[in-house]
Amino acid sequence: MNLTEKILSVHCGRTNVTPGEILTVRVDLVYSMDPAALLAFRDFKKLGVASVFDPGKVIVFPQVLGPAKGVLLAGGLKSLRETCRNLGVAYVEEGRGGLAEQVIPEMGLIGPGDIVIGADSHTCTFGALGAFATGMGSTDIAVAMVTGETWLKVPESMKLVYHGRLRPWVGAKDMILYTIGDIGVEGANYKAIEFSGEAARALSMDGRFTMANMAMEAGAKTGLFEADEKTIAFLKDKRPGPIQPLRADPDAAYETVIEYDVSNLEPQVAFPSLPSNAKPISQAGQVEIDMVKIGMCTNGNISDLRLAARILEGKKIHPRVRCMVVPPSQTIYLQALREGLLEIFVRAGATVESPSCAPCLGTLGTLAEGERCVSTSNRNFVGRQGHARSEIYLAGPAVAAASAIAGRLIGPEEVMP
Amino acid sequence: MILKGKAHKYGDNVDTDVILPAQHMDEPGLDGLTKYCMSGIDPDFIQRVKPGDVIVAQKNFGCGSSREQAPLVIKRCGVSLIVAASFARIFFRNAINIGLPILECPEAADETRMGDDLEIDFNAGSIVNHTRGKTYRAKSFPDFIVEIIHQGGLIPYTRKQLEARGSVSTT
Repeated sequence: MNLTEKILSVHCGRTNVTPGEILTVRVDLVYSMDPAALLAFRDFKKLGVASVFDPGKVIVFPQVLGPAKGVLLAGGLKSLRETCRNLGVAYVEEGRGGLAEQVIPEMGLIGPGDIVIGADSHTCTFGALGAFATGMGSTDIAVAMVTGETWLKVPESMKLVYHGRLRPWVGAKDMILYTIGDIGVEGANYKAIEFSGEAARALSMDGRFTMANMAMEAGAKTGLFEADEKTIAFLKDKRPGPIQPLRADPDAAYETVIEYDVSNLEPQVAFPSLPSNAKPISQAGQVEIDMVKIGMCTNGNISDLRLAARILEGKKIHPRVRCMVVPPSQTIYLQALREGLLEIFVRAGATVESPSCAPCLGTLGTLAEGERCVSTSNRNFVGRQGHARSEIYLAGPAVAAASAIAGRLIGPEEVMP
Repeated sequence: MILKGKAHKYGDNVDTDVILPAQHMDEPGLDGLTKYCMSGIDPDFIQRVKPGDVIVAQKNFGCGSSREQAPLVIKRCGVSLIVAASFARIFFRNAINIGLPILECPEAADETRMGDDLEIDFNAGSIVNHTRGKTYRAKSFPDFIVEIIHQGGLIPYTRKQLEARGSVSTT
């Protein structure tokens, strides 16, 4: 069995599972962002229940609507807090956590081989830890919160093998944008991706989170890395007890195997309006920009912020450009503060926002008609960050920071000596 | 279940950000959200749509966010069913879970045009396009999914299971 099949079989008490089978599996963690949690808890009444299967395995993040804008939303969040308190479920308050995609690993809530479901399409981020993690809607989440189980079709698995060594300034975001450019936004629809090969193994945990986060943008159910010594080191002080990762069998079957050599990969940019419209930066042409957003759940790890700061240090953001930096958690915010990164961003002329989905959803830093934004987030759909005729260019933090200085889409090598 | 209505036709990769633009996600309540249904791709949709109408789209309908509000606002507009060549996986689950019927049929998705008159027998999986005089057969769902649809969605389905286990009372 491959890694996905192993995890699923363990969670339904079977020795073998095959793609296409529908299983009921136990889940190790169920989480929800705020709008979906409001819907999910409404379903409890219809289900005739007033408790969750295990309050320690259910968690809610007010990251889309919080901090509240307007009294109606404030009322929604107030009722959500109260519901969580009544159920004994953790509500990760504003200022105490940040984005689920970042905070769940920081808290050590999950480990390799776990099954996690979230009312968040980017739940797949936790595949970086070797967990089977997949996003669902609020009704599925409500049912899993109550029963501790969910139904899943065993997916076909795609093995993506990355060979070679990345050039300077090229990172995980470039690898995943290139991959989605190759296989398309439905290239992995309903499937599980296993990221492997020496270039995938060479990635830091930060890089692995970035790649796994965007598995969804190829339609995948999940995208996993086999846990290794880096995973164990990451979780060492966060989870009690020994960690015993599951591994794919040497003769595991995959529906597809695709091999990439990343040695000559350039920084990539996904042009509007699909994450699959990836091009190397050398073919970007002259694209003048109005805004840059750095950080968020895809590319906000400390190594991403360090990279952006290295480029922005001692420089000024182009007069025409607004630049927003969004650390995805309070822990990273504090670390960036201690390391002096936030001062670099502010001196360069950027704003630093609190952890929130709002910049990526366009409810903060909304784009006007005709405006163009280089964003280190994961989606560039029509109207995603504002007006239907605004444009989003997805890139890694190096391209984003360099473009903020130049006022146009540009590679880091052009602004760095 | 026989459904009749006019087709609203779209292309590939209709994502949740055009079905329900993310910038409106802080609009309180489903009624507030419904007026933005399909606004990212078809601003006049909300004026044109009539109860019973059918959305017809090409491949990967509903890709993007997990937001269940996307199928919910489509249902609330009165759309009776969505036919697509294929659905993105979270949208597929969400539609079934909330009791919004969907069918996968690449041929019907390909040949249907905006405004065509459709008649759909959901249980039989047949799609009749009266405007073009064509009949199509949709892919059949696994029994498990059919059962959820027949129960009216995941919540009634689960409630029945919980009752059977004695986890909740049947009153």
